[in-house]
Amino acid sequence: MIERAHVLICSGSNCVSRGAKTLSAEFEEHLARLEIRDEIKLVNTGCVGLCEQGPFVIVYPEGVFYAQVKAKDIKTICEEHLYKGRIVEKLVFDETLTASKDIIAFDEIKFYSKQTRIALRNCGLINPDDIEEYIAKDGYRGLGKALLEMTPLEVIEEMMASGLRGRGGGGFPTGLKWKFAYNNENDQKYVICNADEGDPGAFMDRALLEGDPHSILEGLMIAGYAIGANKGFVYVRIEYPSAIEKLKIAISQSKELGLLGKNIFGSGFDFDIEIRLGAGAFVCGEETALIASIEGGRGMSRNKPPFPAIKGLWGKPTIINNVETLANIPAIIYGGAKEFAKIGTEKSKGTKVFSLGGNIMNAGLVEVPMGTTLREVIYDIGGGIPKNKALKAVQTGGPSGGAIPESLLDLKIEYETLIEVGSMMGSGGMVVIDEDSCLVDICRFYLEFTVEESCGKCTPCREGTKKMYEMLEIISSGEGTLEDIDRLEALAKTVKSSSLCGLGQAAPNPILSMLEHFRPEFESHVVEKVCPGGVCKALIHFEVTDDCIGCRKCAINCPVDCITGAVKEKHEIDTSACIKCGICKNVCPVDAIISI
Amino acid sequence: MKSLDDLKKIRDAAQSKVTMRGKNDGIRILVGMATCGISAGARPVMTKLVEEIANKNIEAVTVTPVGCIGECAIEPIVEVLQGETRTTYCRVDVEVAERIINEHIIGGKVVQDNVIGKYRL
Repeated sequence: MIERAHVLICSGSNCVSRGAKTLSAEFEEHLARLEIRDEIKLVNTGCVGLCEQGPFVIVYPEGVFYAQVKAKDIKTICEEHLYKGRIVEKLVFDETLTASKDIIAFDEIKFYSKQTRIALRNCGLINPDDIEEYIAKDGYRGLGKALLEMTPLEVIEEMMASGLRGRGGGGFPTGLKWKFAYNNENDQKYVICNADEGDPGAFMDRALLEGDPHSILEGLMIAGYAIGANKGFVYVRIEYPSAIEKLKIAISQSKELGLLGKNIFGSGFDFDIEIRLGAGAFVCGEETALIASIEGGRGMSRNKPPFPAIKGLWGKPTIINNVETLANIPAIIYGGAKEFAKIGTEKSKGTKVFSLGGNIMNAGLVEVPMGTTLREVIYDIGGGIPKNKALKAVQTGGPSGGAIPESLLDLKIEYETLIEVGSMMGSGGMVVIDEDSCLVDICRFYLEFTVEESCGKCTPCREGTKKMYEMLEIISSGEGTLEDIDRLEALAKTVKSSSLCGLGQAAPNPILSMLEHFRPEFESHVVEKVCPGGVCKALIHFEVTDDCIGCRKCAINCPVDCITGAVKEKHEIDTSACIKCGICKNVCPVDAIISI
Repeated sequence: MKSLDDLKKIRDAAQSKVTMRGKNDGIRILVGMATCGISAGARPVMTKLVEEIANKNIEAVTVTPVGCIGECAIEPIVEVLQGETRTTYCRVDVEVAERIINEHIIGGKVVQDNVIGKYRL
């Protein structure tokens, strides 16, 4: 019996948190009841990317894309679609972005058709727990090609020709990094996969580890072969339990098939991979702190040079590559550097995965060629901003990056262009900020994070981040002065230039870039004592507009009972008693409560 | 894993696991599986088609249940889509299903006895 249909259930963490776990069991039950279990293959895949609309079920051969599937919908899908062949229209992803409602196949949706998927090539398409599916998709052929047809130096040259740069944030050319370690002869070398994804709002590495773990292992093996290392580590945070489980399964399956171990492909190359769990400190994403953590020490960074490629793990030459970088490597080696280098721009080759979040319709995971504009990502793929609000800024690079104003939306995404406007690629978080947000408040949020995550070793970072945070609090409370803004800027510049590692050097970036592009917004907090976004509590009050329908919903939900008004009459807020919690604004069905 | 050939063997053997996902350019067999089709006996027909394809190792053919196309009186209906060409078979039973696989899918010759033209003009 062959399977006439494949049912793919997204099992990425985002979908699992929305209840995807129960779907498999429901399918099992109903398919068995209809006596068609043998004909249908159920596959739990990794993240398919469009997390905002999850959980997803994709049914092949038609490629029908069901979104926001609930357990109770499975009965209908089984009976109607799988048994009778009638597509369940009401569950099919509602493509509000196109005029045509006829689209049912997932790769025709604008969200996907505008993407180029290299790193995410298998995510959401294969079962990550089945090594054979990865192999069927040409998995491990890049490794085979490297081991049997290329010398280590040729592999490095191929990587340099591809133009691939580190996807973890820095953007250092991967081939060059390998070459340093290759040239540095030693009896023992190491390769490390940096899976310590810590930026708030970034989840592309998690999706890759959960959805296509073998591509990471293969990338790590190729890296090991190139520099002459026979031992690799995957440093992953313990906050990613599902990713860790998938990695463990992948490693044991590779060992079983002899893809990890001694004499791989009869080439004489031995390789072993171990998982190391991190406790979830942001600073451990920094190379030297990560190494300290693997060695069993406290996660703190040290001075560079010497760089890890010279003196790394246990003093041996070590290269550390990010998850997304590694996922690209098998595709580059197998498909050839030339093909890869055709994608992207002159200085930034290939694609970049972004986790799109914030005030956006299609929050999720997207992979676009370098050189795509921010506008294309936000409006074409992301579907724009909910409720047709205006865009204020785009924040890239998380707590290490900055905000880009609406006027620069046609900027092409490249490492250099983002740095020029005061932001950075970072690991790929992209947070869309609408007009009802306050940039001072967002700055405060990021600084709160870096204060918490500073390891405390160097003074500028330990003391500086804390002071900057306090200054932002003063500004947002309305008690600041113009001089405070100048002092904040001066301190930010000092911390940036004097901190020991990337954490402190980048922590002031949100402040500096927002001051560059949005200084008037900061100034209105201290001069007019107004928060233009209507967020900073000390500067706002809530008002009921004439749109009020008198439904009493706000009054019922108000924790301090400060809203009065009869049914079907305009309500009123007693601002002297109001604690500005904002609950009334959120529950109002007609958006009749505003904060000003 | 002794050699690249071992990997290729696993790869080829595992192809059937994933070929269905992605663009399907091959032959599509559609089986009318609405209530009318099922009551007329479409279920064993579909099972037969799926079995035959598996047993004979035929590649790039998918079997899809579809809804009612309106000719309920001459169900079970099986359609074969090959590029632009569309062949509609009516009153298909298990034997005809086997013939469709042998004569049409493998042999490339339409099973004239059951084409829709025999029942409707």
